[in-house]
Amino acid sequence: MALMANVGKSVLRREGPEKLTGRALYLDDHAIPGCWHGVTVRSTIPSGRVKAVRFDPSFPWKECAIVTARDIPGKNVVTLIEPDQPLLADGVVRHREEPILLIAHPDRATAYEAAKRVTVEYEPLPAALTLEDSLALKNKIFKDDNVFKSYLIEKGDLAAGFAQADFVVEGEYRSPAQEQAYIENNAIAAWEEDGVMVVSGSLQCPYYVVKALKALLGRDETKVRVIQTVTGGGFGGKEEYPSMIAGHAALLALKAGRPVKIVYDRHEDMAATTKRHPCVVRQKVGLKKDGTLVAQDIDVLMDGGAYATLSSVVLSRGTLHAAGAYTCPNVRVRSRAMATNTPPNGAFRGFGAPQTLFAAELHWEKIADVLGIDSLTLKRKNLFQLGSVTATGQILRESVGAQECLDVVLKRSKYAAKRKEYDRWNKDRGNPTWRGIGLAIAHHGAGFTGSGEVYLASRAGVAITRDAKIFVLAASTEIGQGTNTMFAQVAADAIGVPFDWLTVETPDTHKVPDSGPTVASRTCMVVGGLVRRAALQLKAALEAEHGRVPKTPSDLKKAAATLCAGKAARRFEVEYEKPPEVNWDDKTYMGDAYGCYSYAAFAADLEIDKATYEVRVRKVTTAQDVGKALNPTLCEGQIIGGTTQGLGWALLEEPVYKDGVMINAQLTNYIIPTSLDTPPFDVTIVERPYSRGPFGAKGVGELPMDVPAPAVAAAIKHATGRLMTVFPFTPERIAEALS
Amino acid sequence: MITLTVNGRKKKFAGAPFTRLIDALREEFRLTGTKEGCGEGECGACTVLLDGEPVNSCLIPACSADGRRIETVESLGTPEKLSRLQESFLVCGGAQCGICTPGMLMSAHSHLKAGGKTDDESVRTALAGNLCRCTGYQDIVKSVIGAAKKGAKRK
Amino acid sequence: MRGDPRSMTVLSPRSAAEAVRSLAENAGALPLAGGTDLMVVWNLGLLNGKVVVDLSRVGEWKKISVAKNAVRIGSLVTHSEIQRHAVIRARFPLLVQACSVVGAAQIQNRGTLGGNIANASPAGDTFPPLAVYEAVVHCVGPDGKRVLPIDMFFAGVKKTNLKPGELIEAIELPVPATAPSRAAFRKVGTRAAQSISKTMFAGLLWLKKDGTVADARLSFGSLAPTVKRLRSAERLLAGRRLDAATAAAAAAVLTDDVSPIDDIRSTRDYRLEVSRNLLVQFLEGRKR
Repeated sequence: MALMANVGKSVLRREGPEKLTGRALYLDDHAIPGCWHGVTVRSTIPSGRVKAVRFDPSFPWKECAIVTARDIPGKNVVTLIEPDQPLLADGVVRHREEPILLIAHPDRATAYEAAKRVTVEYEPLPAALTLEDSLALKNKIFKDDNVFKSYLIEKGDLAAGFAQADFVVEGEYRSPAQEQAYIENNAIAAWEEDGVMVVSGSLQCPYYVVKALKALLGRDETKVRVIQTVTGGGFGGKEEYPSMIAGHAALLALKAGRPVKIVYDRHEDMAATTKRHPCVVRQKVGLKKDGTLVAQDIDVLMDGGAYATLSSVVLSRGTLHAAGAYTCPNVRVRSRAMATNTPPNGAFRGFGAPQTLFAAELHWEKIADVLGIDSLTLKRKNLFQLGSVTATGQILRESVGAQECLDVVLKRSKYAAKRKEYDRWNKDRGNPTWRGIGLAIAHHGAGFTGSGEVYLASRAGVAITRDAKIFVLAASTEIGQGTNTMFAQVAADAIGVPFDWLTVETPDTHKVPDSGPTVASRTCMVVGGLVRRAALQLKAALEAEHGRVPKTPSDLKKAAATLCAGKAARRFEVEYEKPPEVNWDDKTYMGDAYGCYSYAAFAADLEIDKATYEVRVRKVTTAQDVGKALNPTLCEGQIIGGTTQGLGWALLEEPVYKDGVMINAQLTNYIIPTSLDTPPFDVTIVERPYSRGPFGAKGVGELPMDVPAPAVAAAIKHATGRLMTVFPFTPERIAEALS
Repeated sequence: MITLTVNGRKKKFAGAPFTRLIDALREEFRLTGTKEGCGEGECGACTVLLDGEPVNSCLIPACSADGRRIETVESLGTPEKLSRLQESFLVCGGAQCGICTPGMLMSAHSHLKAGGKTDDESVRTALAGNLCRCTGYQDIVKSVIGAAKKGAKRK
Repeated sequence: MRGDPRSMTVLSPRSAAEAVRSLAENAGALPLAGGTDLMVVWNLGLLNGKVVVDLSRVGEWKKISVAKNAVRIGSLVTHSEIQRHAVIRARFPLLVQACSVVGAAQIQNRGTLGGNIANASPAGDTFPPLAVYEAVVHCVGPDGKRVLPIDMFFAGVKKTNLKPGELIEAIELPVPATAPSRAAFRKVGTRAAQSISKTMFAGLLWLKKDGTVADARLSFGSLAPTVKRLRSAERLLAGRRLDAATAAAAAAVLTDDVSPIDDIRSTRDYRLEVSRNLLVQFLEGRKR
């Protein structure tokens, strides 16, 4: 079997036929005999004490199971990073939509009715609803200063840097929250089976849920089992919130003595669950008159909501990307994630980097105006290349495709010619639109930050069974991005057997090892790498026994019998090994923040209607260096899909908050792109292989989110002359900027 | 008693007449291919064909569909024998997480069956009532146009 | 998904007369046409226990009839059916355009013209065209039949002047004596499809041979609790030549007839500025 029979080819999506025929079973499709429906009673105020909870006596409560904080056998905490978030509010509420109590009933409509018949009386307390409120300590939500986490990066000598500068340019940039808007709402079921709490549902990180349930129920992992069902999108929105819902469903299942499922409707999912952290970035940059960067002083402020959840990690990634894909000898980045009395924010594709990269990229447009040199020339001058040193002092020793991506995009978008053409177009007052083309470049670290992967100690495996099946064993979830297909390709090629001989085991924590979460653009590079190593071990064992890898099904049968030697299966499992050249210091926040980075260049070609200020993106041109596209169709799918979410964030999507809650919590008023809102996408995959990635692969999942918003902003500047630093760039905002 | 012809077979529905069509299909007839994404008629994940026209089944009480013909994604093909349209989606990457796919297929299928135009804009307009968060639509449009081209070749 | 179907009482009249009777006998009953508005509310669990009069069997109200000087559209005709009708396409193109931007295909296949006006949203897509075509709403109730001109049909946000027990049987569009010289419809929404309008314009102009305005009918939706005719601007335009000054003068009196607000979708300032731009574009004869 030739090397790379599958990797690098657009092998058909593994579970495609099931999804295409409606046979794939998402959580709510499963028939769970005797299952009750669970609903959540939530806080209607942003901050206060719960004085009383009253149950309407005319309702048949005997038919229900009711759960409060009192029913929690273990700790009333959603275990993640900080132990500050209760599973159920116990006397105090810190945000609207905070869960207070749970009800289950055999009938869904009755369960919803029951929730209406509970009245909660509050004693309102002061609320800090905005970053400004939080900084002013209008309410002390977390510790004494409302700071969930802060970071400081210091490289070189900032004062000396600014002293050398011919120009100093400052700017402030604000990115909004964003709702993941997966089309399948959160859904989890739980039931007790032979002393084991089984949880099944739509989720990204089965072992996160195990960890949370262990603490909640006071059990070890043998008494908790989490199984991922086919999942209709996640994008980070199902990274940690499922732990909360799983806890709810488990408690109700224990109380009711039967299975319970909790399936959110769209309104509840949008109003109550996590969003992208809104962020304010201040950039102060010093340059020589020829455009060389000499100093960067960056301040990052993020709104984490009422509980810490993932804010420390989101802030970390945002901080580590804040200087952009550019070399500068003197850098300071200060960052803080603050607490507010709003529903906690969490993971969304990009995870802090899109927010800080928006500022880093767009600031070049302001610098360009001040220096009188166009932004492309400035960016090229300072852009990362092989050997560049990052803000944390990391030397980029390999796999730096930034310049190549830029060259591809400039050529294919006809950037230079369009800049001139649109300048002429915009001078003609008779034209009905303004036109612009804008550029953005970004880097995105793959895998967990710094020592994160070491801490995760992820494991993956391959097994051959007695009946001649080969399984990939990993906790990474298929959520649309192509995990199942990619793992099978990697394993098949590593062993040297046909793709169809591989089965990817369902992420069931009683069957697969902890491969870490399905996040952080790590599934190909890190877990795929583990799968490959484990597969190589199977290959070695096969070769050791039979001299070669099996070529036919009957060969395989013989090999399976030999290797299993009477047992049900033979398993090969490996654990993450940090590459020795990757060194990170958590204390100084310096060193190799990520093993490597992926790169993207992006041109947004758009026009703005002069009468209505509506923006129409006419074309997107992008080139993205992912190391190696293990499956080009799936890879391109990630790029186009992520780009579309980025365009939605830039132009259409805005959670509107009033009194601490999202008031446009439905798809009618939270606007995501339709098929008529998306332009043609010209996508080029660039491959600068990473020696530590399986077959050279780096990360791709999040990178596409980093470039659309600043590119659109740059294009709007080209079109209108206005630098708009707060988005989404709605027609209303554009009209106001131009008035 | 409500009578519905579902995927070519007459079915009797004895539940509450105001049961939504989506719930009758999913819960009574166990045809879980049709999905609920929003309950507002925005996402289109619940799209089925009612007398050949795409509609949001989350907004139709069963009594309104009495005596009428309903087609769901289960009528298009099976994993062993995909329809031409489904095959095209598979090859062109038209489905990622798959939750929007049944509804998307029903809208596309109806458009092609009615002889709808297969230029980019016409296909996008036909699919404008089906939201997808994963693909950015380009591969979906490619899938539909690809299926139409293959169909045209066969004639 | 929060509605309880068992709590509902469904009446299924098979004729117009039966429908009127059902409604009269059940005070507070909800008429159900296409369901694209009612069911959204029902899914929130807010209509449990109500009586619903399902009109889907009232065949008389599903017909479109063409007479020499009017087209009568049954209240249960869907937005899709309107778009397919050759005579409506020829005579009332603005209504066809409006129907084509209601939601998306799935909504247009179920949503009805009668349901659209009965729901009386300030942003109803068909209303500006109905206003400039000077549609007439045929109602029927326990006290018999009644005719309401469209500009007397809407009472406020989600309020109509239908009396208790009254249903809409048809919407009649009189064919203008002469074809308009110019006609335009423009919806400015939140995105390219499936959007609720921020502002929406429909306009018809009749010009004399000398280029002056013989008659103008101008309407905006989403700028007031109900759809509005721009009476001030229409009066101003009569007899005038359509030059830049006239267009600007007409735009300046927009606020005599409309009162846009800030809301979850847009702002007063944006709505006003864009509406003025759309009006000027129309009067200057520009498509964009």
